[in-house]
Parts: sequence; C-alpha cells; structure tokens
Amino acid sequence: MTSQGFVRFDDQGRQLLCHGEWKLANLPAIQKELATLPPIQGAELAVNGAAISDLDSAGGWLLVNWLKKVRSASLNAHLTHFSEQQQKLLSLIEKSGYSLADLPAVEIPSGVASLGYSAVSSCREALDYLYFVGKLTCEAFASLRHPLKLRWSSLAWVVDKTGYRALPIIALLSFMVGVVISYQMGNQLRNYGANVFIVDLLGLSVLREFGPLITSIMVAGRTGSAYTAQLGMMKINQEIDALDTMGVPPDNLLMLPRLLGLMIALPLLTIWADVFGVMGGMLMASSMLGIKTHAFLLRFGQTIPLRALLIGLGKAPVFALLIASIGCFQGTQVSGNAESVGMRTTRSVVLAIFFIIIADAIFSVLFSRYKL
Amino acid sequence: MSPTPSIIEVSKLKIRFGETWVHKGLDLKVEQGEILGIVGDSGSGKTTLLRAMLMLLRPESGSVRVFNQELTTASEKQLESVQRRWGVLFQQNALFSSLSVLENAAFPLKELVALSQDLVNELALLKISLVGLPIEAANKYPAELSGGMQKRAGLARAIVLDPELLFLDEPTTGLDPDSAAGLDELIVNLQSLMGLTVVMVTHDLDTLWRVTNRVAFLADGKVLCVDSMKNLVKNPDQRIQKFFNGPRGRIAKSIYD
Repeated sequence: MTSQGFVRFDDQGRQLLCHGEWKLANLPAIQKELATLPPIQGAELAVNGAAISDLDSAGGWLLVNWLKKVRSASLNAHLTHFSEQQQKLLSLIEKSGYSLADLPAVEIPSGVASLGYSAVSSCREALDYLYFVGKLTCEAFASLRHPLKLRWSSLAWVVDKTGYRALPIIALLSFMVGVVISYQMGNQLRNYGANVFIVDLLGLSVLREFGPLITSIMVAGRTGSAYTAQLGMMKINQEIDALDTMGVPPDNLLMLPRLLGLMIALPLLTIWADVFGVMGGMLMASSMLGIKTHAFLLRFGQTIPLRALLIGLGKAPVFALLIASIGCFQGTQVSGNAESVGMRTTRSVVLAIFFIIIADAIFSVLFSRYKL
Repeated sequence: MSPTPSIIEVSKLKIRFGETWVHKGLDLKVEQGEILGIVGDSGSGKTTLLRAMLMLLRPESGSVRVFNQELTTASEKQLESVQRRWGVLFQQNALFSSLSVLENAAFPLKELVALSQDLVNELALLKISLVGLPIEAANKYPAELSGGMQKRAGLARAIVLDPELLFLDEPTTGLDPDSAAGLDELIVNLQSLMGLTVVMVTHDLDTLWRVTNRVAFLADGKVLCVDSMKNLVKNPDQRIQKFFNGPRGRIAKSIYD
C-alpha cells in the first residue's frame, strides 16, 4: 500500500477498504490504484467506505463505474459503512448514468459532401446578396421619388463618421504612398536624366489608380467592418426585428443612409487622398530630383488631363457601393453567437477588398479598350 | 489561522458608481451549508454585491473574505485557489456560444484539472444528467436550447468542479412556472447532496419561500435585516413590508407560511 493509498484489499474480511479524499483533484491517482488492484476471487465483496474522509461527485462517479465493472464480472459487490449522504449521492450517480457511448454521434460530412455543402451555401449566399441588393435598389428608387422621406440626419451622421473622421488617416496614408511612388520612380528616371517626367508618372498613377484604390481599401477596413459589426449586434439584440414589427423598414432606416452616405463620402475622401498623394510626391521630387515646387505645379497643370481626375473619382462611388452593400449584407447574415459576428466581419472586409480590386481591373480593361 | 464558521464575510463594504454610493458600509455573513437569498428593490445593489463577492469589481473600501481569504488584497494565486472552489450561474447564463453544451460543461475541467479527455467528458456528462438535461442536449449549442435548458446547462457548468460555494444570479427569472419550480427543486437537491453553500440573488417569491434558509434584505446601501422568510415577512420595517406584503407577496405568504 502506498503512503497516500485510497484503496486496500483485505483478503480475510473479503472487503475493499476505501481511504482518504475521493475528490476530483485525486481522481487520476485513485483511478490508477483501482486499475492495479489484484484480481479479486470469490463471489462476495464488501466495499467499506468508513475511512473515506471526503467524497465528491467525481470520486463517486469513479466508484460507481468500478462497481459496475466488477459486477459485470459476476462479483456481488455491495457498499457498507457509507454515510447516508454519500449513499444518496452514489445512488443518484448510478441512476443518472449517461456515458460517452450513449452520446448521439455528430455527423461529420466526408470531403465530397462538405465540398458540396460549401458550394451550395456559397450559391445561396450569392443569391441572398442579389436579393438584398435588389431590395435596396427598390428602396433607393422609392426614396428618390419622396426625397423628404430619406433620413437626412442619419445620412449626415454616416458622412461624418465614415468621411470626416477618416480624413487624418487617409491624408497620412496617401502622403506616404506619394512619397514612395516618387522615390521608386525617381530613382529610375534619374538614370535617364528624365527627372521632370516624375510629374506625369506621379500625377497619372495617383489620380487614376492609387487615390481611389488606397482610399477604398482603407475605408473597407474601417467602415465596412463597422457596418457588419453594428448591424450584426443589432440583429442579435433583436433590434432589427423590433424595427420590422414597428413598420419601420430597417432597409430604409439603417441600410440606405449607410449606402448613400458612403457614396457621398468616398469620392470626397478620394479627392482628399489625391491632394495629399501629389503633395507627398512633390516633396520627394523637390528633395531628391531637384524639381522645385513651382516647376512641378506648372508642369502638372500642363500635362495631367482633367480626365485622369474624373476617371479616378468615377470609380469611387462604385467602390463605395461594393463596400457598403457587402458590409450591410454580411451584417444581416449574422446569427446567434459572438463567433458569427467575428466571422462575418472578417468576411465583409475580405470580400469588399476582393471585389474592389476585381472592379478596378475591369475598369482598367474597359478604359484601355475605349482609349480613355 | 483559526477557522471561522462563516464561508463569506463581507464587512464595511463601500462601493460607488460615479457620484452615487451603492453600498455604504455593508456587512453580511454567509454560514457554511446554508442557502442565502439576497433581495431588495431594483437598484438596491444586489447584483453589485454579488459582483463584489466574485471580485468582478473592486470596492472603494471594506473587506470581502471568502473561505477565510481576504479577496480585496489577495494575490493572483490566492484568488485562483478560491475561484476553484466556487461556481457561478450568471443571470444571462454566460454560456460560451461557440461551444456545445458538453464542451461548455467540460470547459472548467479541461482548463483547471489535468485529466484525460474521456474522463473530462464523462464527468461533464454526469453533471449534465444531474441537472436534468436529456443526453440529446449535450451536443447542441446554447442558441438551440430553450431558456430553461440554458439555465440548466449553465448550472451544469457551475457545478462541474464540485464547488463548495455556488453563486446564482436570478436563477428562475424568465422561466415558465414549471421550469422555475424544477430549478428550485434542483437547487435544493444539489445543495443537500453536495453539501453546497448557496448565495442567490432573486426576486422570485416562490424561490425565496421554498429554497432559502435565510434572506438578506438590502436597502439604503446596507443589509437591513437577515432572517428566515417566516420572520422577515413579520419585520415591521416599511420597505420590507412593501416588498413582501404587496398583492403577490401576500399570495406567496398564504401558500407557504
């Protein structure tokens, strides 16, 4: 018998003496001792609990299970000297016995089946998205006919949140991008002595591509995710259901202002980003390539067509539509738990950026085909 | 250290939120093996008191001793050893929504005790059956269960470590009368079976009459009176009379007294 023994087999008295604290903390040790018990001969066994100082439900469970095992080996084991409370606990555990084997199996679909499931659910989601966009479009046209019914104060709130408050971060980021472009291209141009062409390169790339793209990606991360999380939490809190029952369509109150607000804010942010991008490039051009600010601006006016700015600005509302519709749609898809909010928010940002880049590629192809 | 008979000893507890003092020097003792109810009007600080006992918020001053360990100054390690000996059922159950009921019940075992996976699941299943949930519920997620079953699942998680002390925050609120009565019975059974000490915040007059041994009445940031329900309803204090001798209180009293 070990020093902290929990069970001892007394051969003369044909009884199993239990000792000590049969508690959760000692469970592995007790289990080990029960397993290493020598095989018990004969047909009768008394399990003596007089020396048990403490028995909790985990210890009780172990004892009951051991008894079940020996009884199935046709040994008639019975309990003696257990207190009334302990006996009550043991009999309750015996009665309640669920075991892992009874647990209904969780079906895990095979590889092919799960591929099928995910394909079907993707298609369903795409259909739901189309339905959502269609409903919003109808709602938008309806409110075009009754412009006074539009929630102007919510709209202003959205423009403030998504536009005005994003100004500092967008300015800093575009400035940096301008600096980087100017630095990388300037290095190449200097080799050919074509320093002054930095103005053309920088102007076109910032106004046509980087301004709208960088702004949209930043806004997708900043605003699209916020839309999803807000609407998702509102859905979990049944706030959206509440609006529905009051006869206030959530599309009108929540989605439409967010969509239109972002369509106003994103082009404005793009102009802001263009200004700071060009300023960043200008700073770099003057310090690295020796093109003074005055000369830079003069050439900028001569060589950069207005078309470049307009093309960049024209993309912005499309990107805004993508960000806001995906963000709101993912918000409405949230269901049940906290994990779902996280999953949908991630999805909203990833999908928004994905489709922004796809749309940008399509624009490039179209513009080059029509020589714009 | 000499052992004290009290499991919880709150003394001179002061808590404030901003400018409002919720507790102005509150004293309360919970004895071993009893079921203590905490009642009071809305805003009297019942849940705040519970949160202070659980060290979820720090009091301005005063002391909270649980298992003879001062919690307000306890180190991380001391606090942990106390936390292993208590279980909590929150008002909104606080089940982990991304885990199944079995995983929820097994969670404390998995985190705090070194046992094999099968043993952990077996013990969690035992608790799930003790609280009267069908085995089919074990693989379901909390969102798929009814309110009463969620409470039971929360209770299974609270008792999975065989705690000596159980905190219940409004255990029967929002349940249908049948489930509420079942839960009352379950609490009494578990208490006698596992030798628990139970502290519960509740508004439910039936629960107060049927389950509790003593009831603490909170008002004015203090404990006005701690007594059995029988004696408490006879207390002449106006606030206590208003609480227990309204139309609902009189019906409950006429049934149980």
